[in-house]
Amino acid sequence: MSKDNQILEELTSKEYEHGWSVNYEVDEAPIGLSEDTIKWISAKKEEPTWLLDWRLKAYKTWLSMDEPKWANVHYPKIDLQSLKFYSAPKQSKKPKNLNEVDPELLDIYKRLGINLNEQKRLQGIAVDAVLDSVSVATTFKDTLSKLGIIFCSFSEAVKEHPELIKKYLGSVVPITDNYYAALNSAVFSDGSFCFIPKGVRCPMELSTYFRINAANTGQFERTLIVAEDESYCSYLEGCTAPQRDENQLHAAVVEIYAGTHAEVKYSTVQNWFPGDKEGKGGIYNFVTKRGICAGDHSKISWTQVETGSAVTWKYPSCILKGDYSIGEFYSVAVTNNYQQADTGTKMIHIGKNTKSRIVSKGISAGKSQNSYRGQVQVMKRATNARNFSQCDSLLMGDRCGAHTFPYIDINNPSAKVEHEATTSKIGEDQIFYCNQRGIATEDAVALIVNGYAKEVLNQLPMEFAVEAQKLLALTLEGSVG
Amino acid sequence: MSTLVKQDNIGDLVNQPVNGFDSLRSIAKNSFNEQGLPRLKSEEYKFTAITKKIEASISNFSQASAVEVSMESVNSATFSGFEGAKLVFSNGVFQPRLSDEIEGVAISLLSANESIPLGSIAKPEKDPFAALNQASFQDGVSIVIPKKTKLAQPILLLFLNSISEGQIVQPRIWIEGGDFAEATFIEQTVNLTETSLFVNKVVEIKGGINSHLHYYRIQNEGKNYIEASNIETDIQKDSTFSTVLISLSGDMIRNNLSLNILGSNSEGNMYGLYLLNGKSHVDNHTNVDHTVAHAESNELYKGILADQSRGVFNGKIFVRQDAQKTNAFQQNNNILLSEDAVINTKPQLEIWADDVKCSHGCTTGQLDEEALFYLQARGIGKTQAKGLLLYAFAGEVLEHIGDEAFKTYCTKLVEERLGAKF
Repeated sequence: MSKDNQILEELTSKEYEHGWSVNYEVDEAPIGLSEDTIKWISAKKEEPTWLLDWRLKAYKTWLSMDEPKWANVHYPKIDLQSLKFYSAPKQSKKPKNLNEVDPELLDIYKRLGINLNEQKRLQGIAVDAVLDSVSVATTFKDTLSKLGIIFCSFSEAVKEHPELIKKYLGSVVPITDNYYAALNSAVFSDGSFCFIPKGVRCPMELSTYFRINAANTGQFERTLIVAEDESYCSYLEGCTAPQRDENQLHAAVVEIYAGTHAEVKYSTVQNWFPGDKEGKGGIYNFVTKRGICAGDHSKISWTQVETGSAVTWKYPSCILKGDYSIGEFYSVAVTNNYQQADTGTKMIHIGKNTKSRIVSKGISAGKSQNSYRGQVQVMKRATNARNFSQCDSLLMGDRCGAHTFPYIDINNPSAKVEHEATTSKIGEDQIFYCNQRGIATEDAVALIVNGYAKEVLNQLPMEFAVEAQKLLALTLEGSVG
Repeated sequence: MSTLVKQDNIGDLVNQPVNGFDSLRSIAKNSFNEQGLPRLKSEEYKFTAITKKIEASISNFSQASAVEVSMESVNSATFSGFEGAKLVFSNGVFQPRLSDEIEGVAISLLSANESIPLGSIAKPEKDPFAALNQASFQDGVSIVIPKKTKLAQPILLLFLNSISEGQIVQPRIWIEGGDFAEATFIEQTVNLTETSLFVNKVVEIKGGINSHLHYYRIQNEGKNYIEASNIETDIQKDSTFSTVLISLSGDMIRNNLSLNILGSNSEGNMYGLYLLNGKSHVDNHTNVDHTVAHAESNELYKGILADQSRGVFNGKIFVRQDAQKTNAFQQNNNILLSEDAVINTKPQLEIWADDVKCSHGCTTGQLDEEALFYLQARGIGKTQAKGLLLYAFAGEVLEHIGDEAFKTYCTKLVEERLGAKF
């Protein structure tokens, strides 16, 4: 009860608490997108030729593609030519360790509640902090490297472990995959790379914190996680952005590779700026996330709490290639005001005896639209595939919408696939029960919503779960009555 | 949604002059030209390549017109045990001479009354085949059941097809049930020739206040039968509309079934069973639109797929902003019996009102091993036990057929199929 009290207490009149921005000197790419922009980014990052070629190939593919229109979201056309594709804080030289990082930048993360100072940290989480287009710091690198774990920024990995990047980059999300994945492949600036060698169980949570600070800039980061046979890691992703009037674009790609008996758990708490009450501003979040269970008995688990961004378009997926592999997707998507979310997952069963589980909880309030779009595909050879999907929607207010678009395609007779969905609102009797016991309506809603989302929140690592609960309450604030 | 394609032979039908309903035909023609025939890229026809199928099986398209049919063939085509009035169609065109007159019901050729607002319920812009039909149908029938008329016996819509190569059959039916009217319709198609044929059917049903209409169908026309049908109903307050569709065979069948609930305290029921073998492909797209408060809809579709058959189910439920207190349920269950059978299902909910109870469920699986074992342990052979369980699975749909004779007929066919197959 004490935790709930704390959450309720924090239900103050604050709106988006990470809406501030900081001025610092920046290195920026010229406005617009062309081959030259890509060459400029590549040169800036001192990349090898093979990577530049790969980018240019992606750019050529992208030129031939059209923006996807099938999602249940509406937004004005994004003018990519008016965006900056690279923006980085100016640093005189590359910092060797945390002490050399510009204190002003460290301060940004401190304000966000992310302490990059290793000594002061109690929780065992290694963080890669990404600001606009570059990674500013990665903590606990030494501790991890003793175990053979590589956890660093993407640009660093390109320089130091080119063989790994060459092998895995684009292996799960090919450049031809979709419009935004191709765009990301052409212009991605930085991101995190994580490699867990065979048989190693990563002792701490790995985490990337994305922050967009600069205006008129798109953030295109790329995350690649490789878990070799019999390894384990849990990965967290957090994001925030300043409150600005114009919309900003975030088009990331996340690729996960899991070998035999490997397990990867990927958790996201999305807290981009969702736009103000009139629906002005906010982040366009067009992300491609996919993992492949390449080896037998491997497991990939996605957990997401979506509260931010004006428009979300995101389908973390699992390709269950190895026999006995498992894919999981747990999601809470909350939309308020004018937010629009079209999110869900894809479970592609290829191997025998593969299992997948989908739990999606949508909450729409205000004038928002919340869609679940998912696909469960059982291929011909996927004998004994098993899937269970549950997608529930909770509606608050009579101006919002909840939509479900589940695609279920079965090509094997031994498959067992179940899908169920419900839509309802918070019962008046439930609110009345709380009121009767002295809990104000708004607090009661927070309580009920947390209970509704518990099944998903339970999947999050401890620190994130607390954060997510607070976030849920905050997002829905003012949506009652 | 459809991609615009170069008009080929079947699309050219819209350009052939047909008498009557000139302005409605030209609206439909424009709409058809805008939509084009559906290709695989079109989201609505993603799993059903019906255009390709038509083009591969049929060539030299032309509009079929009525041929002489004897009373004997009408009687022998009618399913056994039927009691009620018959309305007979030859190649889609209504035949008053062969049809029964029904007391108190106004039955006429569409060409006799051009004021009928065709296309006001099944709108041509919603589906290219509906547009094609409206632009080029030969002649249809209008069935008007006046206020407070309760028909004790069902009306059989008997479609007899006897065509030569390349002819397209396009039936068009307008049904109006006045306030407090009650009626049951049964639709049966019989092919008198073996030629591959394409039937493009549109049925529009307008239900009045407190009307209770039932529409039952069976599709069992063998491996040369291709059909696209659009059946759309509007119902007003305090009324019910129920439909049961039993699909047993066919080359490729696409059923668009839509229900618009325009008055409160109404109820819509949609039931379907597809029992497929060989290379049959049946696609059921259903659409329930709740536009007002306090209405209910139930939907249950079940499929048993053997051999290389393919089932597609896409159920949409729309609950508009004003449709508070809606109860909408949808369920789709499938059993795959062979390695090569495929099911694509998409139960879709779109909800804009908050005080509603909506749910959908969808399963695909096999027979329960334990249930099978239970029966076997009691001395019932495996084949028989399987048949029994499958029959029980299908029975849940069959029991919703309100007409006893038709129910017996369908049940017998289902029993035969399940017994013969296993």
